[in-house]
Amino acid sequence: MKAAHKKALFDPLVNDNPIASQVLGICSALAVTTKLETSVVMSLAVIAVMALSNLSISVIRNFIPPSIRIIVQLTIIASLVIVTDQVLQAFVFDISKQLSVFVGLIITNCIVMGRAEAFAMQNPPVDSFLDGIGNGLGYSLILLVVGFFRELLGAGKLFGYSVMPLVTEGGWYQPNGLMVLAPGAFFLIGIFIWLLRNFKPELRES
Amino acid sequence: MRLLRTFLDKQAPLFEEGGKLEKLFPLWEATDTLLYSPCSVNTGTIHVRDGLDLKRMMGVVVFGLLPIVFMSMLNVGRQAHLAIAAGATPLENWQTGLFQALGFDFTNALWPNFVHGAIYFLPIFITCFAAGGAIEVLFSVVRKHEINEGFFVTGFLLPLTLPPTIPLWQVALGTIFGVFIGKEIFGGTGMNILNPALVSRAFLFFAYPAQISGDAPWIAANFVGVDGFSGATWLSQAASGGMDAINNLGADAWRQAFIGFIPGSMGETSTLLCIVGALVIVAAQIGSWRTIVGLTLGTFAMSFLLNQVGSDTNAMFALPFHWHIVLGGWAFGTVFMATDPVSSSFTDKGKWIYGFMTGVLVVLVRVVNPAYPEGMMLAILFMNMFAPLIDHFVVQANIKRRAARHEAVQ
Repeated sequence: MKAAHKKALFDPLVNDNPIASQVLGICSALAVTTKLETSVVMSLAVIAVMALSNLSISVIRNFIPPSIRIIVQLTIIASLVIVTDQVLQAFVFDISKQLSVFVGLIITNCIVMGRAEAFAMQNPPVDSFLDGIGNGLGYSLILLVVGFFRELLGAGKLFGYSVMPLVTEGGWYQPNGLMVLAPGAFFLIGIFIWLLRNFKPELRES
Repeated sequence: MRLLRTFLDKQAPLFEEGGKLEKLFPLWEATDTLLYSPCSVNTGTIHVRDGLDLKRMMGVVVFGLLPIVFMSMLNVGRQAHLAIAAGATPLENWQTGLFQALGFDFTNALWPNFVHGAIYFLPIFITCFAAGGAIEVLFSVVRKHEINEGFFVTGFLLPLTLPPTIPLWQVALGTIFGVFIGKEIFGGTGMNILNPALVSRAFLFFAYPAQISGDAPWIAANFVGVDGFSGATWLSQAASGGMDAINNLGADAWRQAFIGFIPGSMGETSTLLCIVGALVIVAAQIGSWRTIVGLTLGTFAMSFLLNQVGSDTNAMFALPFHWHIVLGGWAFGTVFMATDPVSSSFTDKGKWIYGFMTGVLVVLVRVVNPAYPEGMMLAILFMNMFAPLIDHFVVQANIKRRAARHEAVQ
């Protein structure tokens, strides 16, 4: 794999994580992470949309008139989001219902638009495709970590299976209500960013 | 005394740079400065140093809190015994076991009340200090700063804001969260933007609402199924029943609430002793009278306004000012939480605004928000966030005024 490809794919995971260091896409990271299951599906949807939108925009980047490029990008992203939404409704209807508007709102996710504008408009298709997957993975990493802790601490479950039996069901674990609320996700993301910067001091602002 | 000093001095090289236990320097330093005033002098150009260091400052606050600590023990026992006299049964836990093993029975008298309350208060207090102290030491060793006395006051404040029946592991978890998220990640004592004790309480409030929301009984006795005894805090009763509920409490109710013999969080019940505490910290110039007076004015203005507006659906609108200040955590929060010199505004004008707005918000949350009967904690935390902003505008206004004056002179 070429160095540039590797960079496009793996940099967004830690060094240039869209949520942790660019602080993009926070809204959906708070909304869909109460359960691990929804986090996973949302992650896959975002990865798919990002990879394909970056690819398609990169392919036609030389034919897009600069003055209307945002509209063109939006049209492509919107179409992909609609397709993703339909696929989810067709195959995982229950989860699709839980995700509700947030699949549709991928279109307003700053990461998608940001990468299209900042990367796909200047780079060849393969690089852009990998960049899309990389950023999607970076987003997914946070979603999965946050979803993991929120479901585990907030409901004592993982993927809906009981890991720590609840007091109300005769077990010992008293669920932490804060984790179910959106601020819980804020705390987790904050702690994640803090840890990340502790281990990678070069990420800190001077 | 000299023996102790020589002993400490002998140990010093062990902890100083290059010593064997260099890493544990903060621990040694904390012991040393707790026992003796440090003899360090300023190295810069300023040589005036206030005799009142952080440790003495915290000591004064704790001194102001002591009557409330004793009152809390007395009241926890009293409430439990009143409930038991009304037909409730004692809780089946080790606290009750210990109380009976000590040879007391459940009568509403001074010593049984006090001992029964202490059996509930002290474990919470000790847990709080152990958990908070552990985090504090951990951070001072890793971050290489001195152990601060900041936690000393937090450790006193937090147990007083909790109900007696709270599980001890929740106390530990809440303390750790408060010290860690509320203080240490911002750089430790003096750097926190929020009051750490309230961060702890807010964490417990949202994480485990069943134990701390005030709807559930906070009295250390089991009275499920006892007729005519609700056990809910008076503020909670007012939230659901309005002035009718308050009037049903009896003719002497306001005086009782003022003195503090009502159900509630352990230390929040007595408005009278909070006023005593206020006198102590205001006289020592640690808490600001501006914040306290501003807050009282804000509460008065907002409750008066809502009384005038009135509401057919929300009974809390009719609750008058003199009831607002004796129910819930109003007095305790006003005196000991809102005046926190670190998280409140720094400027004098800012303190007026900060206090007034907190007072307005308390009443607003209590009356208009249907979800939470009590608004003191949320109001103070909310205004903590705005304190730096208020300061900014006060300072800017001052700069502008002086610039204009300078212009006029020239």
